[in-house]
Amino acid sequence: MSEVMDYIEMKIPAKPEYIGVIRLTLSGIASRMGYTYEEIEDMKIAVSEASTNAVQHAYRKDEGGEVIIGFGIYHDKLEIVVADSGRSFNFLQTKNELGPYTESSTVEQLAEGGLGLFLIETLMDEVRVLNHSGVTVFMVKNRSGERDNHDRIISTHEAN
Amino acid sequence: MNITINKHQNDEGILVLVGGEIDAFTAPKLREEILPLAEGENKSIIVNLKDVSYLDSTGLGVFVGLFKQLKQNDGELRLIELSDRLVRLFEITGLSNIMDISAHSEGGGR
Repeated sequence: MSEVMDYIEMKIPAKPEYIGVIRLTLSGIASRMGYTYEEIEDMKIAVSEASTNAVQHAYRKDEGGEVIIGFGIYHDKLEIVVADSGRSFNFLQTKNELGPYTESSTVEQLAEGGLGLFLIETLMDEVRVLNHSGVTVFMVKNRSGERDNHDRIISTHEAN
Repeated sequence: MNITINKHQNDEGILVLVGGEIDAFTAPKLREEILPLAEGENKSIIVNLKDVSYLDSTGLGVFVGLFKQLKQNDGELRLIELSDRLVRLFEITGLSNIMDISAHSEGGGR
Protein backbone atom coordinates (compact mmCIF):
# COMPACT_ATOMS: atom_id res chain seq x y z
CA MET A 1 0.00 0.00 0.00
CA SER A 2 1.48 3.32 -1.02
CA GLU A 3 2.16 6.02 1.56
CA VAL A 4 0.77 9.51 1.31
CA MET A 5 3.50 11.74 -0.11
CA ASP A 6 2.03 15.13 0.70
CA TYR A 7 -1.08 16.43 2.39
CA ILE A 8 -2.81 19.74 1.73
CA GLU A 9 -5.72 21.01 3.77
CA MET A 10 -7.95 24.02 3.29
CA LYS A 11 -10.76 25.35 5.42
CA ILE A 12 -13.48 27.53 3.94
CA PRO A 13 -16.53 29.23 5.42
CA ALA A 14 -19.61 27.07 4.73
CA LYS A 15 -20.81 29.43 1.97
CA PRO A 16 -21.51 28.56 -1.67
CA GLU A 17 -19.34 31.40 -3.01
CA TYR A 18 -16.19 29.53 -1.93
CA ILE A 19 -16.92 26.26 -3.76
CA GLY A 20 -15.33 27.70 -6.91
CA VAL A 21 -12.17 28.37 -4.90
CA ILE A 22 -12.00 24.69 -3.96
CA ARG A 23 -12.28 23.77 -7.65
CA LEU A 24 -9.40 26.07 -8.53
CA THR A 25 -7.20 24.56 -5.81
CA LEU A 26 -8.09 21.02 -6.85
CA SER A 27 -7.37 21.89 -10.47
CA GLY A 28 -3.91 23.14 -9.52
CA ILE A 29 -3.04 20.09 -7.43
CA ALA A 30 -4.38 17.57 -9.97
CA SER A 31 -2.73 19.13 -13.01
CA ARG A 32 0.58 19.25 -11.13
CA MET A 33 0.17 15.51 -10.53
CA GLY A 34 -0.32 14.86 -14.24
CA TYR A 35 -4.02 14.02 -14.41
CA THR A 36 -5.73 14.33 -17.78
CA TYR A 37 -8.22 17.08 -18.56
CA GLU A 38 -11.15 14.64 -18.32
CA GLU A 39 -9.99 13.29 -14.95
CA ILE A 40 -9.58 16.80 -13.56
CA GLU A 41 -13.05 17.82 -14.75
CA ASP A 42 -14.52 14.66 -13.16
CA MET A 43 -12.85 15.47 -9.84
CA LYS A 44 -13.99 19.10 -9.99
CA ILE A 45 -17.60 17.94 -10.16
CA ALA A 46 -17.19 15.31 -7.40
CA VAL A 47 -15.50 17.75 -5.01
CA SER A 48 -18.05 20.48 -5.75
CA GLU A 49 -20.92 18.06 -5.09
CA ALA A 50 -19.44 17.02 -1.74
CA SER A 51 -18.77 20.65 -0.82
CA THR A 52 -22.29 21.69 -1.87
CA ASN A 53 -23.71 19.01 0.45
CA ALA A 54 -21.48 20.23 3.26
CA VAL A 55 -22.46 23.87 2.74
CA GLN A 56 -26.17 23.04 2.56
CA HIS A 57 -25.85 20.84 5.65
CA ALA A 58 -24.36 23.75 7.55
CA TYR A 59 -27.04 26.08 6.19
CA ARG A 60 -29.90 23.81 7.23
CA LYS A 61 -28.61 23.70 10.75
CA ASP A 62 -28.35 27.48 10.53
CA GLU A 63 -25.08 27.65 12.36
CA GLY A 64 -22.66 28.74 9.67
CA GLY A 65 -19.48 26.83 10.30
CA GLU A 66 -16.69 25.69 8.06
CA VAL A 67 -15.92 23.02 5.52
CA ILE A 68 -12.55 21.28 5.57
CA ILE A 69 -11.13 19.86 2.36
CA GLY A 70 -8.10 17.58 2.60
CA PHE A 71 -6.01 16.43 -0.36
CA GLY A 72 -3.87 13.33 0.19
CA ILE A 73 -1.34 13.19 -2.62
CA TYR A 74 0.06 9.80 -3.63
CA HIS A 75 2.27 8.78 -6.53
CA ASP A 76 -0.62 7.28 -8.46
CA LYS A 77 -3.78 8.61 -6.85
CA LEU A 78 -5.38 11.57 -5.16
CA GLU A 79 -7.48 11.13 -2.03
CA ILE A 80 -9.91 13.92 -1.23
CA VAL A 81 -11.78 14.32 2.03
CA VAL A 82 -14.61 16.82 2.46
CA ALA A 83 -15.85 17.29 6.03
CA ASP A 84 -18.53 19.68 7.22
CA SER A 85 -17.30 19.82 10.77
CA GLY A 86 -15.78 23.10 11.91
CA ARG A 87 -13.06 21.28 13.76
CA SER A 88 -9.81 20.37 12.11
CA PHE A 89 -9.33 16.64 11.77
CA ASN A 90 -6.63 14.04 11.63
CA PHE A 91 -6.46 12.83 8.06
CA LEU A 92 -5.12 9.33 8.79
CA GLN A 93 -7.42 8.81 11.77
CA THR A 94 -10.49 9.82 9.78
CA LYS A 95 -9.41 7.54 6.97
CA ASN A 96 -9.02 4.58 9.34
CA GLU A 97 -12.42 5.22 10.90
CA LEU A 98 -13.94 5.03 7.44
CA GLY A 99 -12.77 1.50 6.73
CA PRO A 100 -13.58 -1.27 6.02
CA TYR A 101 -15.27 -0.74 2.71
CA THR A 102 -18.69 -2.30 3.30
CA GLU A 103 -22.09 -1.83 1.72
CA SER A 104 -23.50 -0.21 4.84
CA SER A 105 -20.89 2.54 4.97
CA THR A 106 -21.41 3.96 1.52
CA VAL A 107 -23.41 6.76 0.06
CA GLU A 108 -26.81 5.37 1.11
CA GLN A 109 -26.31 7.01 4.48
CA LEU A 110 -26.59 10.38 2.79
CA ALA A 111 -30.25 10.41 1.88
CA GLU A 112 -30.29 14.05 0.79
CA GLY A 113 -28.19 15.09 -2.19
CA GLY A 114 -29.64 12.73 -4.77
CA LEU A 115 -28.00 13.39 -8.12
CA GLY A 116 -24.95 14.96 -6.49
CA LEU A 117 -23.98 11.80 -4.66
CA PHE A 118 -24.74 9.70 -7.70
CA LEU A 119 -22.25 11.85 -9.63
CA ILE A 120 -19.59 11.50 -6.93
CA GLU A 121 -19.90 7.70 -7.08
CA THR A 122 -19.88 7.67 -10.86
CA LEU A 123 -16.94 10.03 -11.37
CA MET A 124 -14.59 8.79 -8.63
CA ASP A 125 -12.92 5.39 -8.27
CA GLU A 126 -13.68 4.95 -4.58
CA VAL A 127 -16.18 6.73 -2.32
CA ARG A 128 -16.96 6.34 1.34
CA VAL A 129 -19.18 8.38 3.63
CA LEU A 130 -18.79 8.75 7.37
CA ASN A 131 -21.61 10.09 9.52
CA HIS A 132 -20.59 11.54 12.85
CA SER A 133 -21.48 14.96 14.28
CA GLY A 134 -21.17 16.09 10.68
CA VAL A 135 -20.64 14.25 7.41
CA THR A 136 -17.30 13.28 5.92
CA VAL A 137 -17.01 12.23 2.29
CA PHE A 138 -13.84 10.38 1.38
CA MET A 139 -13.04 9.84 -2.30
CA VAL A 140 -10.21 8.60 -4.46
CA LYS A 141 -9.29 9.15 -8.10
CA ASN A 142 -6.60 6.94 -9.58
CA ARG A 143 -4.25 8.50 -12.08
CA SER A 144 -4.54 6.57 -15.34
CA GLY A 145 -3.57 8.89 -18.22
CA GLU A 146 -0.06 9.91 -19.10
CA ARG A 147 1.68 7.95 -16.36
CA ASP A 148 4.18 6.29 -18.69
CA ASN A 149 5.29 9.67 -19.93
CA HIS A 150 5.62 11.00 -16.43
CA ASP A 151 7.73 8.05 -15.29
CA ARG A 152 9.98 8.40 -18.29
CA ILE A 153 10.62 12.05 -17.48
CA ILE A 154 11.47 11.18 -13.88
CA SER A 155 13.85 8.37 -14.85
CA THR A 156 15.59 10.69 -17.31
CA HIS A 157 16.26 13.05 -14.45
CA GLU A 158 17.57 10.22 -12.28
CA ALA A 159 19.90 9.07 -15.02
CA ASN A 160 21.51 12.50 -15.03
CA MET B 1 -16.16 32.63 -11.11
CA ASN B 2 -19.48 34.02 -12.19
CA ILE B 3 -22.39 33.59 -14.51
CA THR B 4 -23.80 35.62 -17.39
CA ILE B 5 -27.39 35.33 -18.58
CA ASN B 6 -28.64 37.06 -21.74
CA LYS B 7 -32.22 36.74 -22.94
CA HIS B 8 -33.60 37.46 -26.42
CA GLN B 9 -37.12 37.06 -27.73
CA ASN B 10 -37.51 36.03 -31.37
CA ASP B 11 -40.17 34.39 -33.57
CA GLU B 12 -39.26 30.90 -32.40
CA GLY B 13 -39.40 31.71 -28.71
CA ILE B 14 -37.05 32.87 -26.05
CA LEU B 15 -33.33 32.37 -26.53
CA VAL B 16 -31.21 32.38 -23.40
CA LEU B 17 -27.43 32.54 -23.67
CA VAL B 18 -25.75 31.32 -20.49
CA GLY B 19 -22.04 31.65 -19.79
CA GLY B 20 -19.61 30.95 -16.97
CA GLU B 21 -19.78 28.47 -14.12
CA ILE B 22 -23.06 27.01 -12.86
CA ASP B 23 -22.65 25.71 -9.30
CA ALA B 24 -24.29 26.04 -5.88
CA PHE B 25 -23.41 29.74 -5.82
CA THR B 26 -24.64 30.75 -9.29
CA ALA B 27 -27.49 28.25 -9.80
CA PRO B 28 -29.96 30.26 -7.65
CA LYS B 29 -29.32 33.33 -9.85
CA LEU B 30 -29.91 31.28 -12.99
CA ARG B 31 -33.13 29.82 -11.55
CA GLU B 32 -34.37 33.28 -10.62
CA GLU B 33 -33.71 34.57 -14.15
CA ILE B 34 -35.05 31.73 -16.28
CA LEU B 35 -37.92 30.13 -14.33
CA PRO B 36 -40.23 33.16 -14.80
CA LEU B 37 -39.73 32.79 -18.59
CA ALA B 38 -41.61 29.49 -18.42
CA GLU B 39 -44.79 31.06 -17.08
CA GLY B 40 -47.71 30.91 -19.50
CA GLU B 41 -48.95 28.45 -22.11
CA ASN B 42 -46.93 27.00 -25.02
CA LYS B 43 -43.68 28.70 -24.20
CA SER B 44 -40.62 27.71 -26.18
CA ILE B 45 -37.24 28.26 -24.59
CA ILE B 46 -33.87 27.57 -26.17
CA VAL B 47 -30.87 27.71 -23.88
CA ASN B 48 -27.46 28.05 -25.49
CA LEU B 49 -24.77 26.59 -23.21
CA LYS B 50 -21.70 27.06 -25.41
CA ASP B 51 -20.05 29.45 -22.95
CA VAL B 52 -20.70 27.32 -19.87
CA SER B 53 -17.32 26.17 -18.55
CA TYR B 54 -18.61 24.27 -15.51
CA LEU B 55 -21.87 22.55 -14.61
CA ASP B 56 -22.84 20.18 -11.79
CA SER B 57 -26.01 18.78 -10.20
CA THR B 58 -27.11 22.20 -8.98
CA GLY B 59 -27.22 23.43 -12.59
CA LEU B 60 -28.84 20.23 -13.83
CA GLY B 61 -31.49 20.80 -11.15
CA VAL B 62 -32.30 24.24 -12.57
CA PHE B 63 -32.78 22.83 -16.09
CA VAL B 64 -34.87 19.93 -14.79
CA GLY B 65 -37.08 22.42 -12.92
CA LEU B 66 -37.43 24.58 -16.03
CA PHE B 67 -38.18 21.53 -18.16
CA LYS B 68 -40.91 20.32 -15.78
CA GLN B 69 -42.56 23.72 -15.61
CA LEU B 70 -42.58 24.08 -19.40
CA LYS B 71 -43.96 20.56 -19.91
CA GLN B 72 -46.84 21.26 -17.53
CA ASN B 73 -47.96 24.12 -19.78
CA ASP B 74 -47.35 22.41 -23.14
CA GLY B 75 -44.16 24.32 -23.67
CA GLU B 76 -40.80 23.05 -24.85
CA LEU B 77 -37.19 23.35 -23.82
CA ARG B 78 -34.13 22.84 -25.97
CA LEU B 79 -30.56 22.96 -24.73
CA ILE B 80 -28.08 23.63 -27.52
CA GLU B 81 -24.34 23.87 -28.19
CA LEU B 82 -23.33 21.66 -25.28
CA SER B 83 -19.63 20.89 -24.94
CA ASP B 84 -18.51 17.23 -24.85
CA ARG B 85 -18.23 17.51 -21.08
CA LEU B 86 -21.78 18.78 -20.73
CA VAL B 87 -23.14 16.10 -23.07
CA ARG B 88 -21.39 13.49 -20.92
CA LEU B 89 -22.95 14.91 -17.76
CA PHE B 90 -26.45 14.73 -19.27
CA GLU B 91 -25.75 11.21 -20.48
CA ILE B 92 -24.46 9.71 -17.23
CA THR B 93 -27.37 11.22 -15.28
CA GLY B 94 -29.86 9.83 -17.81
CA LEU B 95 -31.22 13.30 -18.55
CA SER B 96 -30.24 13.08 -22.23
CA ASN B 97 -33.00 10.47 -22.65
CA ILE B 98 -35.61 12.81 -21.21
CA MET B 99 -34.58 16.26 -22.34
CA ASP B 100 -33.84 17.69 -25.79
CA ILE B 101 -30.11 18.38 -25.80
CA SER B 102 -27.78 18.99 -28.69
CA ALA B 103 -24.08 19.61 -29.20
CA HIS B 104 -24.90 21.71 -32.26
CA SER B 105 -26.16 25.21 -32.83
CA GLU B 106 -29.63 26.08 -34.14
CA GLY B 107 -30.31 24.76 -37.63
CA GLY B 108 -27.90 21.84 -37.42
CA GLY B 109 -24.68 23.03 -39.02
CA ARG B 110 -22.12 25.47 -37.84
